[in-house]
Amino acid sequence: MKILVTCKRVPNPEHKLKLAGGQIDLSTASWQLNPFDEYAVETALRLTEKGKGGERSGEVVAVAIGPKEVAQQLRGVLAMGADRAILIGGDDAALDATAVARVLAALVAREKPDLVVLGKQTVDGDSNQVGQILAGLLGWPQATFLASIHLAADGKSATVTREVDAGVEEKRVRLPAVVTVDLRIIGKKAVRNEALASAETEWEETQRYASLKGIMAAKKKEIKDVALAELGVDATAAMKVKSYEAPPVRKAGARVASVDELVAKLHDEAKVI
Amino acid sequence: MADVVVFCESDDKGIRSSSLPALTAGAALAKQLGGGVCAVVIGSGTGAAAADAAKYAARVLTYDDARLAAPLAETWAPQLADAVKRVGAGALLGTATSTGKDVLPRAAALLGAGMASDITAVVAANRFRRPAYAGNAIEEVEISGPVLVASVRQTAFPPATPGAAGAIEAVAVAAVDALGAELVGLHETKSTRPDLGEAKVVVSGGRGMRAGENFKILEELTDLLGGALGASRAACDAGMVPNDLQVGQTGKVVAPQLYIAVAISGAIQHLAGMKGSKVIVAINKDPEAPIFQVADYGLVDTWEKAVPALIAGIKKLKASG
Repeated sequence: MKILVTCKRVPNPEHKLKLAGGQIDLSTASWQLNPFDEYAVETALRLTEKGKGGERSGEVVAVAIGPKEVAQQLRGVLAMGADRAILIGGDDAALDATAVARVLAALVAREKPDLVVLGKQTVDGDSNQVGQILAGLLGWPQATFLASIHLAADGKSATVTREVDAGVEEKRVRLPAVVTVDLRIIGKKAVRNEALASAETEWEETQRYASLKGIMAAKKKEIKDVALAELGVDATAAMKVKSYEAPPVRKAGARVASVDELVAKLHDEAKVI
Repeated sequence: MADVVVFCESDDKGIRSSSLPALTAGAALAKQLGGGVCAVVIGSGTGAAAADAAKYAARVLTYDDARLAAPLAETWAPQLADAVKRVGAGALLGTATSTGKDVLPRAAALLGAGMASDITAVVAANRFRRPAYAGNAIEEVEISGPVLVASVRQTAFPPATPGAAGAIEAVAVAAVDALGAELVGLHETKSTRPDLGEAKVVVSGGRGMRAGENFKILEELTDLLGGALGASRAACDAGMVPNDLQVGQTGKVVAPQLYIAVAISGAIQHLAGMKGSKVIVAINKDPEAPIFQVADYGLVDTWEKAVPALIAGIKKLKASG
């Protein structure tokens, strides 16, 4: 089982965004791996493991598109346990989901993975498109917003559950396929490769953190630099951000001293009950 | 001059109300493009849905085929791409529901079109506004190319209103290839409550509720107000409630008349999903909780004390008529 997992760096979502002159100032941003991509890495690793701390079988390849500094996030992913990484040089502000998906499609043609795992969205652009576009370009089946994934013992299909508006959908896809993960994927029994792990296998209910051993091992692992031009794809963005502005500020209202006052205000002032 | 294709989700009774805001956005964009709106319904047994869609669009294309019964992106995206080409449309729109988010980008890939997600305003023929960074920035984006795709934020556009009946065309569906994907089943969340995206009142609980069974009292408040139940990501993460109740950047975006946040601290990612609400009430025992910064009415109290009292207070109010 060879799994390609995508890793994007994002500015720390807890930090206040600096907006000035219609642009976002990221010059002092502190960068981290997109949280959903962290779940994607965890998912990919679990799919190649017999159980917690158990033997591994298969290969997890992490890929990022961005400036050379993204090597830092990739090194972290290698420390979590990924086998090797590919850093495609590019300015992510100049790319849109379509361009990213085209680049990934070209990489898939080279690497020939059985499965591509992505986070369902990045928490900066919030677009939630890349996995679906990639699957469309490749002509592969897709399974988005995964709450669980079970790989069949023969490695030919995956049965997944997806978080949808109406509830939970169960879907089966033939491999190779593209999947995107939602937060439930790090549940105790959400991920299982039937060829490796027994039905009793349980995982920690969180993504793993790099161990000291993992960090040491990561230093020896490969991060291969690939130039965008080398992939021979048109990475021109179809969607360009022209300007940014701050959203309208919502003013804090009043504190109420009691439930009685709250009920009275909602009835008499706001007229909503 | 080009038309706008609007993907309308449907059931056996008609099109889903979640698609009505996309029809409104479609009409606004069609005006910019100098064309009309063409609604598209896909599925098996789409007769009622097509007739319903015709109330909102001058033209309806219906892809009615047993092989399209399951809402699979693999089989539905090609129908949307077909509709765009058939009509010679300049744009494909749909609401950013879980189905829309799944199918529309795939259709964009098949069309070679750029896409904007979650648009909140149509600025010009190829310009839109949309939130990014958990709603902390509003982007104005421009999409180049002969065709564009956009998903529409449901709460940002009013529902379309019915007009004169449009013309319905049944399309003979070509080869359908699910590419080895199949729908195994749908475990629906059974609820008599209104949909989160459409409810006039939403009551949400956060991590401070501590356990799933404590949501019972929020359900009582919800039902008393005829609303929908929501939750913060922290509460969903902790497994207290199903994830389909999640309100926030990575969950659902709501904009009800009244939003009551109980034991929710108010993380940025939660605010992204509810700060468009008309009236926000926050109940939290921590006076420093960020949720109070966006609340119209803030009550510093524990949910154990405040919620039963609130239920009693509303009952008393209703009794006094």
